Amino acid sequence: MKWQTVETKKGTRCRVLEGGSGAPVVFLHGAGGLLADNPFLDGLAQRHHVFAPEWPGYGESTGDELLEDMLDFALHGWDLVDALGLRQPHLMGHSMGGMIAAEMACVAPRDLSRLVLVGAAGLWLDEHPIPDIFAMLPHEIAEALFVDPARGAALLTGGADLADIEALKDFYVITQRRLAMAGKILFPIPNRRLSKRLYRLRAETLVVWGAADRLIPPQYAAAWKALIPGARVVTLNGAGHMLPWERPEAFVDAVTAFLA
Amino acid sequence: MKFTWFNLMPWPYLPDDFRERHRSVWVDIPNTLYDPRKGHHVYHTYLDQLEYAESLGFDGIGCNEHHQNGYGLMPSPNLIAATLTRRTSRAAICVIGNSIAGYNPPIRVAEEFAMLDVMSGGRLVAGFPVGTSMDTNFCYGQIPALTRDKYREAHDMIMKAWASEEPFAFDGKYNQLRWVNCWPKPIQKPHPPIYIPGGGSIETWDFCLDYDYNYSYLSFFGYLRGKSLLDGYWERVAKRGKDESPYRAAFAQIICVADTDAQAEELYAEHCLYFFNRCLHVFPPFADPPGYRTMATVKYGALSQLTRARQKILENLTWKQLVDERFVIAGSPETVRQQLEECIKGLHIGHLFCLFHNGNMPDWKTRHSSKLFADKVMPRLRDLWPDYKHDERWWIHPMDDRLRPEERRPGAEKTQAEWPR
Repeated sequence: MKWQTVETKKGTRCRVLEGGSGAPVVFLHGAGGLLADNPFLDGLAQRHHVFAPEWPGYGESTGDELLEDMLDFALHGWDLVDALGLRQPHLMGHSMGGMIAAEMACVAPRDLSRLVLVGAAGLWLDEHPIPDIFAMLPHEIAEALFVDPARGAALLTGGADLADIEALKDFYVITQRRLAMAGKILFPIPNRRLSKRLYRLRAETLVVWGAADRLIPPQYAAAWKALIPGARVVTLNGAGHMLPWERPEAFVDAVTAFLA
Repeated sequence: MKFTWFNLMPWPYLPDDFRERHRSVWVDIPNTLYDPRKGHHVYHTYLDQLEYAESLGFDGIGCNEHHQNGYGLMPSPNLIAATLTRRTSRAAICVIGNSIAGYNPPIRVAEEFAMLDVMSGGRLVAGFPVGTSMDTNFCYGQIPALTRDKYREAHDMIMKAWASEEPFAFDGKYNQLRWVNCWPKPIQKPHPPIYIPGGGSIETWDFCLDYDYNYSYLSFFGYLRGKSLLDGYWERVAKRGKDESPYRAAFAQIICVADTDAQAEELYAEHCLYFFNRCLHVFPPFADPPGYRTMATVKYGALSQLTRARQKILENLTWKQLVDERFVIAGSPETVRQQLEECIKGLHIGHLFCLFHNGNMPDWKTRHSSKLFADKVMPRLRDLWPDYKHDERWWIHPMDDRLRPEERRPGAEKTQAEWPR
């Protein structure tokens, strides 16, 4: 996989990780962004032409100030698809990225092939409130995201030692910037009334969930299925909210089987 | 110098093991700790103290806005201020202030502040804080990254509403009103003095200087720690070519006066420690949600909130530390005078928000400390800024023929038979 930078018509500049060949798949990351290593993308690139853009506010991508609300986010997704010159790609989104992908698919239901929602944000169930990621201490984040928090913390920080004050500072500044952006559609409750628009979906949809997801619990997979007629649900055991990183092979198998 | 007697209105019944049992005094504090029947007595004790402060000769009496907060019982400071308009007639009523990014629509603040200014006869000092992240983001649900933008828009609406003499349409990003027409309007022209409570962001300094508003640094950590921040502000003032009137700036300070230094410890230590150990026990992420501070500020002051060292500061505080580091200015009238003079001159401030009631301090101690201050300290600090003796740009301008409602009683003869022409 290699990085390229595209400029959207609106004026954002986004870095995109690209690789493989086959039908195009656009992967939208969650509130935490892409990690240093993303083996599931390599796995997907065995069969597909994978594009994983970094959202404005993440990594080297710029234009955070141009995007303020859910519609801005969804249209930015389509602006990226246009900037990459893609026609009817598969859309796949994890967590916040799933919320954006679903919104994109509601806005322009004929412009995508299939939709994959991975531990997707965007719905709210009063009986199953989602923990507030904006009010967590650093170590609490790994506990909410991963079945194995110790391994998860290492993945999140790229192995940096957060006892080291400089490393902690860098990590803190990067995280602040990312989550400031994510907050525009996730704060204070990650629900921008997407459920009212899901009737517009035409794409075949796969919902993939970690059976041990402590952030957005599996009841939300059932909620997506109830709102999207015909959606299939695959639940991965031994995985939490970060299932693509926690069980990359099983994840890639499930997605490739659906997209084939 | 202007002295304002300020009450944060802390809840005085937090249990001894509050720190151990609960993660935060703010946002998710268990509301079972609040007892409304005790609350009735607490409100009236605190209101009596504010009224007493006027009789002691303080220039202003002050209140502020916090939500879901164990050290603040004023989700609506305007209600508190409204009661004060009926029982006082001289002191400025300083509402520092309304967190305007959280009001929908913000015209409500223009209206309520106008009501207060009219009811008080032109004695309102109007504060417009961005609001702490605990209040504005976590309790009132505003998106952190958009809070400052929304704040500026609310400010623009309120100021235009006060200034405009005819209805106008306001087409904002966050607020759209077809008919803005402020009714009633404030007595003070062009508007009541505006105070902006702020931390250390350069954007806030420039905002105050753009409009010539007062910049208020409301810290609980004393003037030694506040100095670098206010030095930065005054550098900015100089750079912008503004005059250096000390009345451009205000500072909050916890003050405890007794007959002797030793007696100050004996009388006040446990109550100040209650404040620092229980009332300031805030879950760190509530104080710093991503986007609340600008990236420039984040990079500048990164992380002070999250280091364990910072969290430790408040864990084992002693009276000696509070006094040595000047979090608290405490002692005999002479000790307090000396330290306050150092504070006032060092920070170059013309307004002092004095915190005499601290934590669970009983009423008599609060009054004792306030009275000693008013009798023996305040007169000796009055004239620290002789060059600016007549600078009233950041103070109230009440109407001369205002009523003294505290002297009137229901059923008493009306003092004026006719409405004024």
